[in-house]
Amino acid sequence: MRNHPSLTWPASDFSRIPFAAYCDPDVYEDEQERIFRGPTWNYLALEAELPNAGDFLSTKVGETPVVVNRDSDGQLHAFVNRCMHRGMLLCRERHGNSANFICPYHQWTYDLTGQLRAVPFPHGVNGEGGLPKDFDREKIHLQELKIESYKGVIFGTFSDASEPLIDYLGPVVTYEIDRLFHKPIRILGYQRQRIFGNWKLYNDNVRDPNHGGLLHMFHATFGLYRLSQKGGAKLDARGRHNVTWNSLGTDDEKTTSEGYEGTKKVYKPKFTLNDMSMLQNRTEHPDDVTLVILSVFPNVVFQQISNSLCTRQIRTNGTDKMELYWTYYGYADDDEEMTQHRLDQANLVGPGGLISMEDGEAVELVQNAVQREQDKHAMVEIGGTGKIETQKSLVTEVPIRGFYSYYCELMGFTAGVEAAAE
Amino acid sequence: MTETGVRDAINDLMADYCHYLDDDRLEEWLDFFTEDCQYKILSRENVEDDLPLELLSCRNKNMLRDRILSLREANIYNIHFDKHLLGAVRILGAENGGYRVQANYSHYQSNQDGISELFSVGTYRDLIIFADGKPLFQEKIAVADTFGIPRLLSTPI
Repeated sequence: MRNHPSLTWPASDFSRIPFAAYCDPDVYEDEQERIFRGPTWNYLALEAELPNAGDFLSTKVGETPVVVNRDSDGQLHAFVNRCMHRGMLLCRERHGNSANFICPYHQWTYDLTGQLRAVPFPHGVNGEGGLPKDFDREKIHLQELKIESYKGVIFGTFSDASEPLIDYLGPVVTYEIDRLFHKPIRILGYQRQRIFGNWKLYNDNVRDPNHGGLLHMFHATFGLYRLSQKGGAKLDARGRHNVTWNSLGTDDEKTTSEGYEGTKKVYKPKFTLNDMSMLQNRTEHPDDVTLVILSVFPNVVFQQISNSLCTRQIRTNGTDKMELYWTYYGYADDDEEMTQHRLDQANLVGPGGLISMEDGEAVELVQNAVQREQDKHAMVEIGGTGKIETQKSLVTEVPIRGFYSYYCELMGFTAGVEAAAE
Repeated sequence: MTETGVRDAINDLMADYCHYLDDDRLEEWLDFFTEDCQYKILSRENVEDDLPLELLSCRNKNMLRDRILSLREANIYNIHFDKHLLGAVRILGAENGGYRVQANYSHYQSNQDGISELFSVGTYRDLIIFADGKPLFQEKIAVADTFGIPRLLSTPI
């Protein structure tokens, strides 16, 4: 048994994050057990990706390969993608439709519920070889995750200790999922981004409304998202999930130019696009919210940026690498013009996004800079210290402290045991 | 124009396209496109599955101009050199008053420490037309086998 790693969390309000949390391989190993296989619900896929009986797809929970499928009765299942025989990756395709799962190594065959159905040469040849007499096929079942679906979004958990999904998400999150998935969706496609940084640095990034209007100059310049606009960060009761939201067109020139004073590179009011169609927002909801970045602990972000809708799944790959898996969608009743508008606005985000390309770079540059500073700490004080609660401004990073308050609970780290850091 | 003349002109355009990108002459590179051009980078997995999402899409030259403007003025991205290696250019045939052209590419990026990595490998599937005797891209479509984008997609493929 490995020793449980210890990290120094000097501030009880989680306003200091030890850089070792992003670098220590023992911490990463523990996270796979305590976070991704712990009492959390992990985003797996969207039901719209598995419309028919026999449909399956490959996904990840942390670093564990998982298959999600729909059986012949229409029930959804999720299994660790591993044959129970010798550990071979059972399903090699990204997705497909199949009546069963056959392991390529020795042709062990499982049905769509994960039950072992057939093994070749069970009785050997001429009474020699084959399975032992007491071999009980009925007892062999793929390692199953418990799954629940909310509004067509499929979550899975490894742990029997997980609370029901609806309670785990809580009303702040379900409100947003209800809104984003208020009618049937249509999958538009996928993007993948390989980010060379720790998976938590990306979670920090999406829980940091402050950076959105500072790092992303495209945002600020064209008014899609400015720190001077109406917006904020809504936390769930436990502080582990966050909704960053704003409404474009709610800022005034004076507050904006004063706020951005000294950051002339970020906010360039004279800068215009030759083709402004991409920036057009088509109202789809009774509210005036034009941006939602909903981050659900530990592995998913739901996005609305104007009319661009997607999920972003975090797939870990060691301490310093992760894949961000983007699934874009529109609504099933979108006409051709609306679909084209969503495809145009897909240019705003993703690995090549006019707005979001910076995030991959920011995460990597932090990872590189802190590697040899593992005894030091990140400072998280914007928006205030102390209580972790919903924020009525975008100039805040309090949701990051919310993330770590739950993270530390799961990891067994105690915060605030030592005096304040450097 | 003779058949050889067309072939030479297409080959020169394909080569110039790469060299202008690698030399960071992005504003001049725009001159290789028609006003109604389509410039797209597609993920091979979406192409195989017949899904419409692009990795990057400009449906006219103004959108392409905006991309370059955004790179110059707005975006923060990895500081690097680009190098494109172009495979043999295949002229597949006449289409819509132009020529359907295909070529494989490798696109390497080199960082500030002088370390070079393959950034993308894939196939250009282009439509080249002639305007006043000059070849131009009406469609420049890069289908990336490397659909797991390393870091971020900034400078064009």
